[in-house]
Amino acid sequence: MPHIIAESLAIDFPLYHMGARSLKKRILSKAPLRLREDASHRVVVSALRDLSFRIGRGERVALIGHNGAGKTTLLRTLAGVYEPVAGRLEVAGLIGSLIDPSAGMDQESTGRENIVLRGLFRGLSEAESTAMADEVGAFSGLGEFLDVPVRTYSAGMQVRLSFAMATVMEPEVLLMDEWFLAGDAAFMAKAREKLTRLVTDAEILVLATHDMEVVREWCTRAIRLDAGRIVADGPVAEVLELA
Amino acid sequence: MLDATLPRPDQGPLYLCDAARPRRRAAALEDLATGLRRWRLPAALARLDIRNRYRGSVLGPFWLTLSTAVMVVGLGILYSSLFKLEVRNYLPFVAVSLIVWTMINQTVTDACTSLTSAEGIIRQMPLPFTVHVLRSVFRNALITAHSLPLVFLVFLATGTMPGWEVLLLIPGLLLVVANAFFVSLLLGMVCARFRDIAPIVNSFMQLAFYMSPVLWKPELLGDTARWLPLNPFYSVMETVRGPLVEGGVAPLVWLSAVLYTGLVAVVALAFFVRFRGRIAFWV
Repeated sequence: MPHIIAESLAIDFPLYHMGARSLKKRILSKAPLRLREDASHRVVVSALRDLSFRIGRGERVALIGHNGAGKTTLLRTLAGVYEPVAGRLEVAGLIGSLIDPSAGMDQESTGRENIVLRGLFRGLSEAESTAMADEVGAFSGLGEFLDVPVRTYSAGMQVRLSFAMATVMEPEVLLMDEWFLAGDAAFMAKAREKLTRLVTDAEILVLATHDMEVVREWCTRAIRLDAGRIVADGPVAEVLELA
Repeated sequence: MLDATLPRPDQGPLYLCDAARPRRRAAALEDLATGLRRWRLPAALARLDIRNRYRGSVLGPFWLTLSTAVMVVGLGILYSSLFKLEVRNYLPFVAVSLIVWTMINQTVTDACTSLTSAEGIIRQMPLPFTVHVLRSVFRNALITAHSLPLVFLVFLATGTMPGWEVLLLIPGLLLVVANAFFVSLLLGMVCARFRDIAPIVNSFMQLAFYMSPVLWKPELLGDTARWLPLNPFYSVMETVRGPLVEGGVAPLVWLSAVLYTGLVAVVALAFFVRFRGRIAFWV
């Protein structure tokens, strides 16, 4: 059964390469909220502090909060990029992450080659990736540009390609950053339909966003983060009311 | 990320991370196993790296072959008269030496950026780190492969051909690849954490070039030559060079080469097991 369980989860970002002791003292002396010194005398940013939550099957969770509240860090932690320094995290189910779709894109390769490469990144075989290329190519609507290096694409075309590549999957746990909701209007209608299907098919959705319309439309539960802590957690209407 | 190569357990979590019980060794071994099993990805990335590096160039990676060829001929003529050696004997030696050394040097230099250069990917998807390390190893292996025709040309031109001992080349190459992998893993991690290591490694490699018998033949040292197996560069290089131009490899050289490889492997793996979870924060 797909689920996410976090128990007093914490992530610290050590600030390496800061060098000078005096600088360290100056930063720490301002008694900041999120910068502190850890056991081995490094300055660390507490990105996430003591998060405990449980997300069960069928829940659509919105992560909301100001910039730097820890939304994307939490998504990346759930995806398995960052290992927590304290606490426990358990994610059951096939994870699909739409965090930064352009990562791993090769600017010199053509759109088609990039789609095959993305397939390999995901652990598909070459044959499966090539088969995926047609589907993705058709959805992106790039047409003849699919066989031209990505370097020559306009920003909008790159977005189309990334979006098409990223959404060819059927995850059980879908992690999504709000990046995906931005895009050119013509493509957006098509993209939205695809996303809606992806979201409805996934058993769990975790979405980081600033857009309250999106939260109301898609989510059943909201978690508000502030300075790396959970300040509110509950049904969307309740959490949005509090703000 | 959707990952079709991972077995899908029906019960239990796919991803579990507990800071109190880190299971570091299991995580590191799984990383290695998954990374090696998915070798097609680093191979594809290595091919792309080479293609992009030489994009628009007519000769492409064969520029390296050409520059090595010029070096071999130039140095071959100069040093054979400096060392009073016959050109016919010295040329195959210096050709193989230079190619092997270029590979070692490039691999070690690239090792310093094996993880930092994949920063964008590391922060976005939980790929095995082994993939990035293999990418660096494969890239250098491919580049070296472009220089191989040169060896045959030199052999043809000088009329020297190695005998059956050339079969020893295979274990020699395997040893070099193992070394390249573990050095890339170790230096990749250390250089990601401490950014001063890369320049140190670079200047150290210059010193190592002169201190190792690349241009000069080991025999020229006379009695002192018996200390040469203490130089890891010599031992590892010799396992490839010996079968090609020196009629075989001394057992002592093999022994020391295997010992060095084992040592690097142990240190690299110990580091990897301990610090694997921190790499995403370092790059």
